[in-house]
Amino acid sequence: MIKVRIPTPLRPLTRGQGEVEAKASSIVEMIDNLNATHPGLKDRLCDEKGELRRFVNIYVNEEDIRFLKGKDTSLKDGDEVSIVPAIAGGQ
Amino acid sequence: MEFTDEQITRYSRHILLPEIGGKGQKKIAKSRILIVGAGGLGSPAALYLAAAGVGTIGLIDSDVADLSNLQRQILHHTPDLGRPKVVSGKEKIQALNPDVSVVMYEDRLIAKNALELIRGYDVVIDGVDTFPAKFLINDACVFAEKPLVHGGILRFDGRVFTIIPKKSACYRCVFNHPPPPGLVASCQEAGVIGVLAGIIGTIQATEALKLVLGIGRPLTDRMLDFDARRTSFREIKTRRNPNCPLCGEHPTITELFDHEPESCAVKVMSDV
Repeated sequence: MIKVRIPTPLRPLTRGQGEVEAKASSIVEMIDNLNATHPGLKDRLCDEKGELRRFVNIYVNEEDIRFLKGKDTSLKDGDEVSIVPAIAGGQ
Repeated sequence: MEFTDEQITRYSRHILLPEIGGKGQKKIAKSRILIVGAGGLGSPAALYLAAAGVGTIGLIDSDVADLSNLQRQILHHTPDLGRPKVVSGKEKIQALNPDVSVVMYEDRLIAKNALELIRGYDVVIDGVDTFPAKFLINDACVFAEKPLVHGGILRFDGRVFTIIPKKSACYRCVFNHPPPPGLVASCQEAGVIGVLAGIIGTIQATEALKLVLGIGRPLTDRMLDFDARRTSFREIKTRRNPNCPLCGEHPTITELFDHEPESCAVKVMSDV
């Protein structure tokens, strides 16, 4: 199982859970599988062509997938994935 | 420059610290820090930097104080409603510490004025509330090679990190591009717990002072995320991105530009 940290803005889709589990061998597969149990998640993370949105950051075991193989980064049991959004706000 | 007896007393708790001492306090007194946005993050940052004895604080903000600001923007008090935030901010800073000179810019930071404004300062603090403004400040600081302390707050979540241009990851190394307008929640829907501004803004001030003093380990190449609900901090490692459109190996952004403005004050990427 893969542990996935869900950021606050996406928690309405996971019934408030900050951490969910997924079975997947890659990031793409993880997103598809998560979307099956938490519909709408994929739309938030990917554009119409299925590419990861540019302002979405995903980390596998603390490493940015941009420096791995992007959405094709492979996953194995016990991996921890974090979805990290940009935060504006400040005034 | 020599300190008066009064100043030695005022800054005695700093001077006592071996990492600061009289020498460090003089560095603080000579420093110039620009705070972009005299709001939630800018307020605590400005007050602590003023108390610390920063020589010059630049305040840039085009707004007037509104009743809905007072829950977190502690530079502005109830009698300040309707007054320009830079004026109200300057008064509070100088009441706290008359040693500080305050330069007011009742303006917005835009591509046209950003480099000119930033040029005269040693460190920049990001206290603005929209993605276009945050990206602009980042771009301007990278072009001007000025250290930037980024901060963001929303609901119960805060984030802070330091950018040393061309040496550590910049905002675009991590986030590349702002979310398109319309793909994000409105500020009225989002909300923010007021004290979060104090926590993140105060860490920004700490980082700025460390940079001025040249002490400790800066908050570079890592983002510090704070979750007020759980009272927990988490560090997220970042690093310079060779494909960064701004500071990467083949930059595509070669001059400052304004991103499309958003319609509202507080945004988050995934509130589609």
